[in-house]
Amino acid sequence: MKLSDVKEILDADVIVGTEKLDMEVKTAFGADLMSDVLAFAKAGSLLLTGLTNSQVIRIANVMDIAAIILVRGKKPPVETINLAKEFKIPLLTTKYILFETAGRLYTKGIVGCLEQVEDHRANN
Amino acid sequence: MAVWNKLKITVQTTETENYLYKNSFDVEGGNFNNAGSVSTNIKSILKNMGLPNNIIRKAAISCYESEINIVSYARQGVINLTVTPKTVEFDIIDEGPGIPDIELAMEQGYSTADRQIREMGFGAGMGLYNIKSSSDIFNLSSEVDKGTFLKIIINIP
Repeated sequence: MKLSDVKEILDADVIVGTEKLDMEVKTAFGADLMSDVLAFAKAGSLLLTGLTNSQVIRIANVMDIAAIILVRGKKPPVETINLAKEFKIPLLTTKYILFETAGRLYTKGIVGCLEQVEDHRANN
Repeated sequence: MAVWNKLKITVQTTETENYLYKNSFDVEGGNFNNAGSVSTNIKSILKNMGLPNNIIRKAAISCYESEINIVSYARQGVINLTVTPKTVEFDIIDEGPGIPDIELAMEQGYSTADRQIREMGFGAGMGLYNIKSSSDIFNLSSEVDKGTFLKIIINIP
């Protein structure tokens, strides 16, 4: 679906990237732990997170995340917004909690960027 | 053999010949605002070199977690990047408290991170494990009250 559909489904506000709402997205990853985003998120995915500091943008940039959806109505600080503009990464915010955000997108066809982690990562 | 004299800690590394790219990046300990900026820079360098996406991904994960570690725990550090036709190599050296028990530090979930680190979305005890999982050679050595040296090699198939 298009990012504009994501915005619609989540009743989200676009903070950065109104010009990129035509972008196609198919997968998503949700986490508040940036180490997990580094370990598991896939290029081209949406990142659903409740974290709003500039690390989110830098990680999204490094991992080629398509767009960031801030959940639980989070409003990012100005440094985060400026960095998102600099890296041209769309930044949206929705009032839905992470579970609802993921669920609403999933029922409309967005799937996880991976279903399960590999065994060696889960066993410890 | 090369010796890194820039920091007070001295580390001997093997000189890699026939490299395509080689550079050294300073990382300032405690500067949380800039944390990740060196990795951002390195990722775009690797991308511009046209390396395969999965190699860039592994390098980015290793480099980012290492940078966060320097910012979080050390006074200062250097990330040395060497790219050869067959490898992406990082020599990551910091001047700081060091790691008293490396085996313990490698355990998933073990962390000594403070509030500031956790607020950034790190400090859950996954960093070193993530680096190891993303690299082909992972060699960590440390001296308490001096610093830490991490050698990472990612093979390009």
